[in-house]
Formats: sequence, structure tokens, C-alpha cells
Amino acid sequence: MINSLFLINPSGEIFLEKHWKSVVSRSVCDYFLEAKEKALEPEDVPPVIHTPHHYLISIYRDKLFFLSVIQTEVPPLFVIEFLHRVAEMIQDYFGECSETVVKDHMVMVYELLEEMLDNGFPLATESNVLKEMIRPPTILRSVVNTLTGTSNVGDTLLTGQLSTIPWRRAGVRYTNNEAYFDVVEEIDAILDQSGTTVFAEIQGVVEACVKLSGMPDLTLSFMNPRLLDDVSFHPCVRYKLWESERVLSFIPPDGNFTLMTYHVNAQNLVAIPVYVKQSISFFECGSDGRLDVTVGPKQTMGKTVEGVMVTVHLPKTILSINLTATQGSYTYDNGTKLLVWDIGKLNPQKLPNLRGSLSLQAGAPKPEENPSLNIDLKIQQLAISGLKVNRLDMFGEKYKPFKGVKYITKAGKFQVRT
Amino acid sequence: VQNSDVGYFENCRCVVFYEQPPPACAVRSQKRSNCEPMIARGKNASDLFPAVVKNVACKNIEVKKLVYVYLVRYAEEQQDLALLSISTFQRGLKDPNQLIRASALRVLSSIRVTIIVPIMMLAIKEAASDMSPYVRKTAAHAIPKLYSLDPEQKDCLIEVIEKLLADKTTLVAGSVVMAFEEVCPERIDLIHKNYRKLCNLLIDVEEWGQVVIINMLTRYARTQFLNPNMNEDKEEKEKKKTEATAIVKRKPYVMDPDHRLLLRNTKPLLQSRNAAVVMAVAQLYFHLAPKAEVGVIAKALVRLMRSHSEVQYVVLQNVATMSIKRRGMFEPYLKSFYIRSTDPTQIKVLKLEVLTNLANETNISTILREFQTYIKSNDKDFVAATIQAIGRCATNIGEVRDTCLNGLVQLLSNRDELVVAESVVVIKKLLQMQPEQHSDIIKHMAKLTDNIQVPMARASILWLIGEYCEHVPKIAPDVLRKMAKTFTNEEDIVKLQIINLAAKLYLTNSKQTKLLTQYVLNLAKYDQNYDIRDRARFIRQLIVPTDKSGALSKYAKKLFLALKPAPVLESPFKDRDHFQLGSLSHLLNAKAGGYQVLPDWPEAAPDPSVRNVEVKESVRAVETVTKKSKPRIGSSESESEEDDDSESESSESEEEESEEESEEETKKKKKVGNERLENTRTTDIHTHTHSERRNTHILNCDSQPNTIASVQVFDTICKPAWLYMQFLLNPPLPVSVPQTIIPSGNLKTYELLHRITGEGLSVEYCFSRQPFSPDPHMVAVKIQFTNSATSEAKSLHVEDAKLQSGMRIKEFPEIEVLPAGETISVVMGIDFCDSTQAANFQLCTHTRKFFVSIQPPVGELMMPIFMTENEFKKEQGQLMGMNEITEKLTLEEKCQGEHAVVQRVTTAANLSRVPCGSDKECRFAGKTVTSGSLVLVSVVTKEDGAAQLTVNCEKMVIGTMLVKDIHQALTQ
Repeated sequence: MINSLFLINPSGEIFLEKHWKSVVSRSVCDYFLEAKEKALEPEDVPPVIHTPHHYLISIYRDKLFFLSVIQTEVPPLFVIEFLHRVAEMIQDYFGECSETVVKDHMVMVYELLEEMLDNGFPLATESNVLKEMIRPPTILRSVVNTLTGTSNVGDTLLTGQLSTIPWRRAGVRYTNNEAYFDVVEEIDAILDQSGTTVFAEIQGVVEACVKLSGMPDLTLSFMNPRLLDDVSFHPCVRYKLWESERVLSFIPPDGNFTLMTYHVNAQNLVAIPVYVKQSISFFECGSDGRLDVTVGPKQTMGKTVEGVMVTVHLPKTILSINLTATQGSYTYDNGTKLLVWDIGKLNPQKLPNLRGSLSLQAGAPKPEENPSLNIDLKIQQLAISGLKVNRLDMFGEKYKPFKGVKYITKAGKFQVRT
Repeated sequence: VQNSDVGYFENCRCVVFYEQPPPACAVRSQKRSNCEPMIARGKNASDLFPAVVKNVACKNIEVKKLVYVYLVRYAEEQQDLALLSISTFQRGLKDPNQLIRASALRVLSSIRVTIIVPIMMLAIKEAASDMSPYVRKTAAHAIPKLYSLDPEQKDCLIEVIEKLLADKTTLVAGSVVMAFEEVCPERIDLIHKNYRKLCNLLIDVEEWGQVVIINMLTRYARTQFLNPNMNEDKEEKEKKKTEATAIVKRKPYVMDPDHRLLLRNTKPLLQSRNAAVVMAVAQLYFHLAPKAEVGVIAKALVRLMRSHSEVQYVVLQNVATMSIKRRGMFEPYLKSFYIRSTDPTQIKVLKLEVLTNLANETNISTILREFQTYIKSNDKDFVAATIQAIGRCATNIGEVRDTCLNGLVQLLSNRDELVVAESVVVIKKLLQMQPEQHSDIIKHMAKLTDNIQVPMARASILWLIGEYCEHVPKIAPDVLRKMAKTFTNEEDIVKLQIINLAAKLYLTNSKQTKLLTQYVLNLAKYDQNYDIRDRARFIRQLIVPTDKSGALSKYAKKLFLALKPAPVLESPFKDRDHFQLGSLSHLLNAKAGGYQVLPDWPEAAPDPSVRNVEVKESVRAVETVTKKSKPRIGSSESESEEDDDSESESSESEEEESEEESEEETKKKKKVGNERLENTRTTDIHTHTHSERRNTHILNCDSQPNTIASVQVFDTICKPAWLYMQFLLNPPLPVSVPQTIIPSGNLKTYELLHRITGEGLSVEYCFSRQPFSPDPHMVAVKIQFTNSATSEAKSLHVEDAKLQSGMRIKEFPEIEVLPAGETISVVMGIDFCDSTQAANFQLCTHTRKFFVSIQPPVGELMMPIFMTENEFKKEQGQLMGMNEITEKLTLEEKCQGEHAVVQRVTTAANLSRVPCGSDKECRFAGKTVTSGSLVLVSVVTKEDGAAQLTVNCEKMVIGTMLVKDIHQALTQ
């Protein structure tokens, strides 16, 4: 299956390689680097490349390329999904996934990779199992380790791999037993020039942070589970119970995990929390243009809209801009032509506005297309679909856990065409 | 410093030599790790091989693991030296701990040295019948490794695979199917007997295994079942012939229940968080499900589109293929394929492809409106693709052809040349369908030749004019004139079309163009490109009448101006579904190495009875959760309902229990206490021969009024009390028996059956350390049942013990009724044959059977005997050499002092203390339960917590394991 893994930084330098079968020369990466040269953006590199003797499957994530080498038929998604797990694992262990972090923890990353695959076939990818084998670094532990010479490799023999619930490690103990659930909903939308919705849908995810001792068995129920149209679960969720009773019943992994993702029933009309009034125009004769954008609250269910941000990829022919914002501040990077207007909280009484002039490079023709605006926003304590958690029950353990639910609505891929 | 450390310091010294020295304080921890970064960075560290391999026996787990990594990486280059390490792994294969056995096998099988193939084969065979499913899983992983090292072992390996395929645990299933796919994917016959089991286990297999199993089962189903859509497909074909015969020929289709089983059991996996699993199920449904049911996968696939862009890319490729064959499936999700300006180009193009496939008369207007916005994009490759897409929509849907054409013509005045060029190419294709009505468009395009520079577009215009020169009789010669002027500067493809145009004009309008044509042909004659020279020569011969010109020139006009069929604009994804969807081959549209062709449906279904398995082996028995009374798989609907029932039942019972618990906690404690008392009484009845006196002791305890506290005290002292009796029975002691020999620790209880798997019934066991009176060669195991379900459990008994040779079990008498909320304890005897192999048996209630196993720690395999100091020394003297194992250790702070040492040793092993004159030494004696071999232990303490542990035992295996356990007990 997966023969080798190379980690490559944006400038094309290979800084980690791992082979699970016989060694593949790193020159195989040249095919990839060639394709990378051709692509304008890193995202444009084709995920699957066919070379004379190998197949290269790569992902681009956190400004790094994870490139795997395959020799025989294997479902491409299998490899892609695994590569993302590797990235998530690095993120989970070291707090971020970047070149420096990997270089700093080279040995540990290497040990982790060794455990994750055997002969190219995934062996242990559950973070709970991995953490039992190789403990994640903490400042305290690294100090102790340097002084005493002990290591991060768990010296007890792990049992997680043997159990029927591999996602939970045994013998969990906490003094404070807590279970927190974040219901995060994202609005994906495309609005056209006039503000009409071309396409809108709500995607939600329930993130959990469960720190409970022993083997708790949790049941989470919703007030209005009918809203949920399409769901996908963490393997711990008992699917049959969901089918029959629409409750989530599970023995949770220890720590942070994504319990479920869902899609809200397409029949429900999606409330769009903000409207955008915009006009971007370029004058035919002079090398000038005007930009005028106003953002205002629309269907907010009585909550305040926060963290509003407008991102615009301006055309390449723009020379400079001269704008004034009535609220918040804007930044403009002349290299990437990226305009970011950070508004903050929306005040319905006084609508934020950004206006001013754009000047084009001399002689450049008027851009044909106006750039589209990407909107970012956040509404605390509201799930825009109206989804509500009813209750959380715990069985199997005697203590009383502390429970909490938080709702957040965010903008997902929220785009306004101009 | 331990021995092993010396080795690794030596090793570190070499390694440090290669890397710059780390800061002083970090030296110790850094050094040992330095080697591996070198591998990770791709540097060659093979010079260090001997020094590193020495450390293979090192005790430090991290060093050990890193040495493994190193070994596996360089063994191929340094075969001889690698062989040195083999014995270590061979020893590991025999280790009592399953994880060590597994990791030894994993490393051994990864060493790519041909010489050890027989050793690997043997190890795999042994591991395949290991007690531990984890070791069996590792064996399955090892199979492809050995196969790639030596393909000649295939036949032997297939035997192992066959054996492992019959395995009933979810842990093994995924790995063995992987091995099957790599070694013998053609042996579909091996699957028959395991098919139903695999279907049923599927949902509990780990996600990566699921993908492999589903893909394999898709192929299997294609060979074994009938096409569920055959009537529809046939109908389609026959519609073209005669409808009457179709009705006669149609046979009623009945789906094989096994086919249904596969579809039903994979469906829940569409909800998996793993994109690969979802895709695997989607392709299974696409290839196997009846038309009406395929729709369920659309929603899940659309969900995946929210994922990372690489996932999107692969999913869209597959959706594109699916949407050609089953367009209706994705129509409701049309808007999910709308394109955002932030999508990467390759995603945009794929989305366009899907949108084009989904276009029909009803939605075309919305789609075209979307396309209009896309045309304005800054991404020119994407715009070009959009124009192509519009062209395809126009050819497929006649109603919008004119609208599209007009739109495209407008694009001809676009400022961007690439857009214009692409439009020209597409318009050319569209015009070919109905050129008569569109001569004005052709005229318009002819004007473009002055401005447009893209060769493909120029060539297209020229071809159009040439082809339809009759519609534009005035313009065509003028265009040729202009082209003749610029001929030498044109690209090859344009030059060819100029020649073409010239030839066609010469044939239709020779008066005006004769000279021009000859001029062009002359230019072409001296062109650098031989294709062009060739073409010029050929055309000249054909069209210009000379004496030498052959018979062909008569037909020149027919040759050039024949009516050409309009090109069919097709999706590049058409017919890609002959590759299994979701595969690499499908994505590349080329067969990848190792791809297994998806077979066509058979005409007649092969015998379905091959999948029948005897009831005893049936899958039902595996699933501990399901009811015994359940009918066998065949009738499908009832089963799923029942599963639901059983799950909900269990959750209900848990709920009630937790409520009760808070209220009745105190009450229960009391109850439990009382029961314990009763248990010991029942056990005592068995043990009466050995400890009559003890009974009186117990009765004394019993008569005390205060219940809870006294009972607990009793429980802890029961074993020492018995020891104490022995002391009393034996002749006078040289030193008084100190109070400290009585371990105060409780007996350690182990879980046999968890409450959740047991559906309310939880079972714990402990080694009571009392002689088992019915058979003195058995170890007494106290088993405690707690029924926390709402209903009573009936007829608890042991059944169907699967034991290693020589092992025996004396079952406890059947418990007829265990009311809800009650606890009961019984004692059973097990003869473990002085090994730590687990005893496996089934624990049965009136409804269920549970597979359970009891694995004894080595310390429980012995019973204490009394000895004097002299006897001890004498016996010890006879058990020297191989039979003596000594280890140095450092006692933990809390463990220094005689009392603590004695307590820890007696907790770890069932031994009695031997009196000793020196207070620096503690001695213990016992004998193994089955064979009665002596076990002597002595711990000599020195200053600063240093100590030496000596174990003398006839049975070396027991000795080794005991040393380890006591060592652990003393140092933790």
C-alpha cells in the first residue's frame, strides 16, 4: 500500500522521509516538484501524479506537502485520508503542524509514523492509542527527560490496540470530570450581485472535549433531531441507536474529538445573517476605479454579529488603493493583491462602510470581472439552524460530571459575487 | 549502570561523531536519538550498523524501538550483521506477553533478508494460531511482507490466509483481507465460507480494514450474484428492437439474500467520518445495488465535497463518472456543484464536468446562468473549460443550441484572446451541425483572422471557411489571400489548414484562386516541416490536373468536399465505469499495477449454497451481543430489528441502574459484604480437609456482630490466616514469625466480562490463593457475578472450554437464578499446566453465550510451602546454573525495608516466607501447582536501596517470568 512518505516544504526541500517497505529514492519527488513548478498556486498541484514506476499522491496542508509514494493499486482516498490523519496527529501532538515543529520533534514524529503504518497498511491511527505508546511532549516532561534521560516512549505495554473500543485508553482518571460540547454551524452561501441567494446551506459539527474518569457511557439527545439531514459520526457512536431513536449514544474517546458532522435539511430556508451592499466599478477611460462596500445585519435572531471580516482578491492590474473605513481597519498586501477589512462587531445603528478609489496600472485594460467578496463572521450562542441539545446523560460511572454546551455560528464558504 | 547502557553509550559515541554535539545538559537524552534523524533526513547511517545492532537486547523501550527502526531500514544492505539480531526476536516470539510476541513478529517479518524466509514462515504459521487476536492480526500483516520477499511461498501463505480468514474477531478481519488482496486476489473461493461473517463483522472492523473488505466484497459479489438491474438494462436494449419480445423474455428477478445482506450491512458506513470508507460504500452501491437504491449514496458523496480539496478532487472524479450513468441521483444536489472563485482550478473544471453531465431541459437555464458568471472569471483555464462545457450543453440539448451559439459569438469580441480562441473552436464544432443557417457567423469569424493569434483558433476558422466556402463565396478567396501573405510566419497547424483551404477553394472557385493556390503550394514545398511538404505534394498531385495525374484526381472534389459528420462532444468520463470506482485506475483512466478487474455479472448465478456454513460455526455465535434464540442470517429483516432491541435494552438497564445506585448505595454495600461472607463459607466447604481449624477461625469472625467492617478485615486476612495455620502445624520455628509476613494488600480482581458487553451481567474474578480441594493440582479462581440488569439471569454455567493441551477446568456448579441487582460468588478450579496461557471458555446464561478467558499471572501458578532455612539452602544449592536467575535492582524508596519487600513479593506471587537469620535477606518458597516444582526466591538488600533478586526454579520459563514480575513489584 503506502510505500513511503516525504514531507516537503513550499520551497521544494524534502525535510523528512519515511519508508515502510524497501527504500524509494527521493529522486522520485522530482516529478512532483516539476508539477509544483507548473502550478500557479500550491493548491493547484494535482493530488495524484503518475510517474513511470510509481504513483505519487500528495496533500497540501498547513503550508506543507505530504507526499506518499504508491506502487500498486490502492483507493486514492485511502491514502489521502491517511495523510490528513498524519497531519492531524502532528497538530494534536505538538499544537501546530509546521516545518519547524516537525524538525524539532524529528525523532518523535518518526516514531509515530513507525507506529501508524505497518508494511504500508494503517496499524494505529487513533490518537488515544498513539498517546499511550508515545506520550506527547509537555514543557515539564521535556525538562525532566533531559535531566533524567528518560523518554517519551511509554514503558507500560499498551492495551488500547487490543480492546474493542480502541479510541479510548484505559485507566483514565480526572479530579474534575467535565464534558463540553461545542455545536459549531457554518453557513456556506453564494449571493449574487443583487443580494439574492444563489446557494446556501448549513453544515454543522459537534466538537467534544470530554475529560471523564473510567468508562463513561454517554447519551446526547437533541430537541429537534429532525433538522439533521445527513450525518457522519465518530466511530464511537452507536449507529443503530441513532437510526431508531435519534440519540447519540457513545463511549467517548478521552480528550478532544469531533463527535459528529451534520448537514441541515435542505428544505429549511437558510437565514443569512448579514447583507452586503457593494459597488466596485472601473472607469473605461481613466485608470481608476471606485469601491464602496457596506455590511449590515439581516436575520440575526436578535444576536450580535461579531468578528466580521471581508476578504477581497483584487485584480492583478491594481496599482494602489486609497480607502477609508468607518469602522475597523483594513490591510492590503500589494504583492498578493489581497484586501482584508476587519470590521469586528456589527452595530445595526451605524453600519460599517469601506469606500475609496482604486488606481490601475497605467495602460492596463479595465478588469472584466469584479472580484468576489468573501465574508467571515461569528455569532456566539446561536446555532443558526435552530438545533438545540436537549440533555446529556451518563451511565456506567457514579460521579456527577460537569456538563456544558456552547453554540457558535460561523460563516463557512460565504461568497458574495459582484 | 546497567549492562545495556554501556552498549548504547558506545553507540552514542559513534553517532555523536556524525552529528554536531548537542548542548551539555541534553547530552544523555539527545545522543541515543541522533541516529534516527539521520535516517529521517535521508542520510546514510549504515556505517553504524554493528554498534546499533548490539543494542537490540537493550531494556530501554525507546532505544529498543529506535534500534528496530534502524535495523529494518538497513538490514537489506547488511544482511550478515542483521542475522545477529534474529535470535532476539525468536525469543520474543515465545514471550508470554501478547504485545511483545506481536512486536517481535512485526520486526522479524520486516527484515528483508532472504535467508530468514523459513524462520519467518514458521513464525507466521505459529502466530496465526496464537491465542491473542492481536498477534494473529500481526501475522496477517506479515503475510504480504513475506510474499514480496519470496513469492515462492505463495502456496504456504494461502494456507495461512485461509486459516486467518476463518477468524472471528474484528481485529483480524481487515488485515487478513488485505493480505488476501495482495497475495491471492484470484482465489475468490476462499471467501465463500467467510462471506456472511465478513458482512456481519464489517461495521465493527477498524475503518481502514473496512475499505479493503468492501472493495473485495464488491468484486466477490460481481462474480456470485445476478445483476439486479438486468431487466431494466435488457429493456433498454430491447426497446430498440421490439417491445413485444421484451415482455416475453423478462424473467422475474429475485435478489439473493446474501446480496441483500451485503447491501444492508454496508449502508450504515455511509455515515463514516472516513472519506475512504464512504467512497468504498458508494462504489459498492453503484456497482451492485438495484437502480432504485443507488440514490442513497448521493447525499454522502455530496457531504464529502465539504472536505479537503484533495478529497473533493477524488470524489468529483467519481461523481463525474457516476453522473453520466445515473444522472437523476445527483440532480437534487445541483447547487452543491456551483463553483466558488476560491476553488483550485482542477476542482473548478471537475465541477463544471459534473454540472454539464447534470444539465437537462429543465435545469439548463439555471446552469447557463451560472456559466455566464464563470466566463467572467480571471482564471483563464477555467473560462476555456466553461466554454467547452457550454458547447457540450448546446449539442446535448437542442432547445438551447441557438442561445448558446449566440452567447459564444458574443464572446468572440472578448478582449482575452484565449477566450476568443476557445469560443472559435467550440463554435466550429457547433456550426458543423447546421452550417446553412449561420453564414453570418462564419463571416464574422472570417474577420477575426486579422486579430486572433492563437493557432488552434486560426486553424479552426480556416477550416470552417474552407468547408463552407459555398456559403461565403466572396470572403473565402480574400481570406486565402491574406493567409498566403503570412504563410511563412504561421504555425504548422495553421499552415496545414491554409493548404487545405487553398485546395478546397481551387476545387470550387478555381478561377479566382488558382494562382493563390499555386503560390501557397510552392511555399509549402520548401517548408521546413516534412508533414507540410508531404501534404503540399499530395494535394498538388490530387487537384492540379496534369498528364501524369492518376485516376484519383477525378474524385478530388468528393474527397475534399464530402459531407463530414458533426463531432460528438462527449464527456471524458464516459465509460470510465468499467474501472472499479474509487480506484486509482479509475482516477488515472489507466490500469494501475495490481488492479483487479471488476468482473461482469454472470449470466446465471453460481450455486449460492457454497456460502452456507454449519450452524455451530455460524456468525451468530461470534457476536456475543446477539441473542441465542435468533434465527440464522437468511431471513434478514427480523435480524436488524432484534439488534436494535438488544442495544436499547442494554441502555435502558444502565439508566435504571445508575438511578438506583445513588439511592441504594449504602444498602448494597451491606449486601455485598454479606455475600462475600457467604462465599467464603461455600469455598470453605470445599477446602475442609486442608483447613479444618481455619473454619473455626472464620466462624469466630462470623459471630462478630458488626457486619461491613469486620467482613472486609476478614477478607484480607483469610489467606494469611491459612498460612498462619501452616506455620502452626509445622514444627518449631527458629525465629518467631513476624507479623509483617502477612500481606495486607487485597487480592487483585480482574474483569472477566464488562457490564456493557455482558448486557448488565458483569463478572469479575480473582485468584483466591486457597487450595482447590477437589483437585490439588488446580488453581482456585473465585468468580463473582453481579447482575445489574433489570431482569434476572438464569442458569449461569460454563460451556465449551477451549483449552491448550493438558489444561483442565473444574467448572463451578450451575447457578440457577441470579436476581436483578444481586451478586454471587463461586469458585472454579483450573489446571493451567504451569503456563500462563489463558483458559478460554464460554460463559452461558439462559439467553447468551460470552467468550471469556482467564489468564493467570505467573505468581498465581504456585502455592506456598514451608521450609526451614537449612532446607532452603540445600534446595537452592541443587538448583544452580541454568535454573538460577539473578537480577540486580534498585528498590524504590517506599519499598526499602523488610516489611515492604515481603509484602510486595507475596502480593506478586503466592509464596510463603522462609525464616532467615539475616535481616538483609528475605527468602520465600513455594511450588508450582501442577507439577510441584520448587520455586525459591531470595531478595538480598544492600545500602542505598540496591538489591539482588535470585530465583531458583526447575522450570526456567516460570523462573524468568517470576523474576520479571517480582522485579516490577519491587521497583514500582
